[in-house]
Amino acid sequence: MEVVDIDARAAKLGINWSQVNFDSIQLPPGEDFGIESDDEAVYHDDQSEFDTGFGNIIVVDHLPVVPKEKFEKLEGVVKKIYNQLGVIKENGLWMPVDPDTKMTLGYCFIEFNTPQEAQNAKEKSHGYKLDKSHIFAVNMFDDFDRLMNVREEWEPPQARPYVPGENLQKWLTDDKARDQLVIRSGPDTEVYWNDARQKKPEPVHKRPYWTESYVQWSPLGTYLVTLHKQGAAVWGGADTFTRLMRYQHSMVKLVDFSPGEKYLVTYHSQEPSNPRDASKVEIKVFDVRTGRMMRDFKGSADEFSIGGPGGVAGASWPVFRWAGGKDDKYFAKLSKNTISVYETETFSLIDKKSMKVDNVVDICWSPTDSILSLFVPEQGGGNQPAKVALVQIPSKVELRQKNLFSVSDCKMYWQSSGEYLAVKVDRYTKTKKSTYSGFELFRIKERDIPIEVLELDNKNDKIIAFAWEPKGHRFAVIHGDQPRPDVSFYSMKTTQNTGRVSKLATLKAKQANALFWSPTGKYIILAGLKGFNGQLEFFNVDELETMATAEHFMATDIEWDPTGRYVATAVTSVHEMENGFTIWSFNGIVIYRILKDHFFQLAWRPRPPSFLTAEKEEEIAKNLKKYSKKYEAEDQDVSLLLSEQDREKRKALKDEWEKWVMQWKALHEEEKLARQNLRDGEVSDVEEDEYEAKEVEFEDLIDVTEEIVQESM
Amino acid sequence: MTPILMKGHERPLTFLRYNRDGDLLFSCAKDHTPTLWLAHNGERLGTYRGHNGAVSCCDVSRDSSRLITGSADQTAKLWDVKSGKQLFTFNFGSSARSVDFSVGDHLAVITTDHFMGVSSAIHVKRIAEDPQDQVGDSVLVLQSPDGKKKINRAVWGPLNQTIVSGGEDTVIRIWDTETGKLLKQSDVEVGHKEAITSLCKAADDSHFLTGSHDKTAKLWDMRSLTLIKSYTTVVPVNAVAMSPLLNHVVLGGGQDASAVTTTDHRAGKFEAKFYDTILEEEIGGVKGHFGPINALAFNPDGKSFSSGGEDGYVRLHHFDSNYFNIKI
Repeated sequence: MEVVDIDARAAKLGINWSQVNFDSIQLPPGEDFGIESDDEAVYHDDQSEFDTGFGNIIVVDHLPVVPKEKFEKLEGVVKKIYNQLGVIKENGLWMPVDPDTKMTLGYCFIEFNTPQEAQNAKEKSHGYKLDKSHIFAVNMFDDFDRLMNVREEWEPPQARPYVPGENLQKWLTDDKARDQLVIRSGPDTEVYWNDARQKKPEPVHKRPYWTESYVQWSPLGTYLVTLHKQGAAVWGGADTFTRLMRYQHSMVKLVDFSPGEKYLVTYHSQEPSNPRDASKVEIKVFDVRTGRMMRDFKGSADEFSIGGPGGVAGASWPVFRWAGGKDDKYFAKLSKNTISVYETETFSLIDKKSMKVDNVVDICWSPTDSILSLFVPEQGGGNQPAKVALVQIPSKVELRQKNLFSVSDCKMYWQSSGEYLAVKVDRYTKTKKSTYSGFELFRIKERDIPIEVLELDNKNDKIIAFAWEPKGHRFAVIHGDQPRPDVSFYSMKTTQNTGRVSKLATLKAKQANALFWSPTGKYIILAGLKGFNGQLEFFNVDELETMATAEHFMATDIEWDPTGRYVATAVTSVHEMENGFTIWSFNGIVIYRILKDHFFQLAWRPRPPSFLTAEKEEEIAKNLKKYSKKYEAEDQDVSLLLSEQDREKRKALKDEWEKWVMQWKALHEEEKLARQNLRDGEVSDVEEDEYEAKEVEFEDLIDVTEEIVQESM
Repeated sequence: MTPILMKGHERPLTFLRYNRDGDLLFSCAKDHTPTLWLAHNGERLGTYRGHNGAVSCCDVSRDSSRLITGSADQTAKLWDVKSGKQLFTFNFGSSARSVDFSVGDHLAVITTDHFMGVSSAIHVKRIAEDPQDQVGDSVLVLQSPDGKKKINRAVWGPLNQTIVSGGEDTVIRIWDTETGKLLKQSDVEVGHKEAITSLCKAADDSHFLTGSHDKTAKLWDMRSLTLIKSYTTVVPVNAVAMSPLLNHVVLGGGQDASAVTTTDHRAGKFEAKFYDTILEEEIGGVKGHFGPINALAFNPDGKSFSSGGEDGYVRLHHFDSNYFNIKI
């Protein structure tokens, strides 16, 4: 029941909350007055895990029926099979015998040391062929009751009445076309509309202790996922946030959606009791809408990472990388010398086997196609060159590869529409003491995927940051030496040069170490985070001019809204002071600031991609004047209303204050005599009369000069 | 507005007080000597020697003849303002934290900290006309419910009928001076969330302003303890003051001194922030201190104010003419 409902109900019944002592209320035992509590649902879920104590026993059926003489031989065979799958308890094998015929009954019970072993033995030996006519059927002893109660005749399942679902995309139909954002501060998680016209956020939903670690939007913005001890939950809905589904995975640490938000991957790792062991990892893949677990993966952390620095603390997240596009068809996992690509139809490996690639260290999907790029470093002390390759999935055909020499490291950057791949290559200099960087640029959509090599003007420059323009052909690089590196812009095609990369401009000596392109391209923020104290430069790449420079002191995070109209900069609780966030327009004007102590997270709600075609979008951009007229009028109305409200608010505050002052003056006058007595009859009350600001005009004679003016007649 | 820098203390400032005429300024610091300055040009007139510990608070009588100071040497002392002579010493078992003369200057309220089993308390002393007749006995002793928390400030209410106190336990209390009973205490919902560091009252005893480490200052009615206004800033508030002339309040503070060296100097926000009393909106700030601001005081004429910082300086600011014409 919502709090509002409860209040309304209480008002109807004439109950005053402030007078109710909740501790004194005793409900009759077992009575819930028809109100189902959230906890109870959890309680019901847990019942399924009830442990009967027979969890380590399995029943093996379809054994040969043998006479007394062969009993021991059969027992030996069964023992031999199951000893390979787990440790059988002493006297843990019991094969019943028919008391009349002294023949075995064709089944036996096996008790293992642990339920895990029993489970494993069941899975591995079910369907085991002893010979042609004896194929094992293995069940857990605990399942016995359930199996006994299976009805002989099949009953058609009852069709559930259709319940129309909520419009999960309703937030997109906001008539002011606002965007939502979620913030976490202190114990609270809040969702707001970013109302730039009113210059303030408008609350949508607020809940203390909504999540136990962090929250995350799904890639198309439909769901908000929260993490709890018992598992993950997704929230969404038409008007407010209701819980849509829960995914059981105890102590879940990380979650990840597939790009089309069909699947949710949850991750949990357990620190080993012995520090020399690798930590245990469990990953589950759920279907988001039905809540069904599609597949789970268990193993030690080593199997989910490839040594190196990422492998120490656990697996590098996300372990499973989803292929681009909305189909959610493939996902891949990188482990030592192998790339495992799974497909979601069956949740099994493509062609039932992983790809063997010796020493592969990094993989990266194209954001739009099922093309996987991978990087293999040099091997054999430089005898075998490093390699970057593009592999088509599911055919596993290598589309293109490039060998690279004396490479120390590579990083792959896909452009958001999958047209280009930039590989930043760090190479050793001849002395092998230092490195320098260059780029290999792949044009994926062109025939034979041409590769171009790009070196910076000064090829010894260190590359600090790289970013593609979303949906565009340009990219930006921060290079050079701290504290004042340069920023350069390149384009993969210009009007003069369609097939070659060319430099657009270099901005010298910028206080920047991070790049944030607007999601619509054209605009970019050159940001100086951390050491640069939050310097921001809003830059227009079309015109190659700075729109504004600003500072959000100590800013730690920057995020564009999904439409590219506004930017949020935030100081999160890594700093003690000035936690909170600021909303800017795309051209660097502060819209509003909100301060919140213990500020942890800010995330814009993503929007699904637009249905408009590129041509239509272009047409709108051309006729922008026509469309904007309507909105400008609306803007003006709002600003008029705001100033009117503001004036009224000020007047109310002033009036209220005047009332206090009048009251104080009256009381002061009343107490005058008493005060005089306290002061032994001293009358003077002057200093307590309010000082008043008076304007005093006075003239000062500074200088006098005499001049004789010729009289002219 | 060019401030006058007054360097006379070797340790962080703790308190500033103008006399009624606004021509004298008394300053207290963690060194042991309260100092007297000329309020218009910052000339140092003299010091009051005798304390053997940090001096945390002072008050001057209406006729500017007597000064009372409270110190960590477990005493409060009465001084002759003009000659600098010690007139009387009140001894306590623990540090004296705050002092305040009553209307008529016949009584003084002194708060003491908890120390070695002694819990923090508010003492009321009678101040004799002639120092020869002065006795050290307390007329009244008030115990705060939580004796382990410091009472950072206690002042007299209207007509000496009440005492208003605030301290580390975040609660503002109003006590009856006749009976010693607790009359009112601030609501947990609307009250401060962290230690109250400072309290300053209006000239007519009608309302008062409290500053707290919870980064807010709050304005209260002194009789009913109604919360009237709340001012939010970004740093812990150590000192507050109200303009007697305009509807302005000033908050001073800054990042805790122990964390200052770890960040950029701008992160500290060692600014005296001006707010519009009625609209609760920030008007502007006065920078300058290299360290948190610990003390603020307005000249009774409202045309100048002084601030004392952790850096050991007192900065005396005479407002420019355009200050008086600020419109928001």
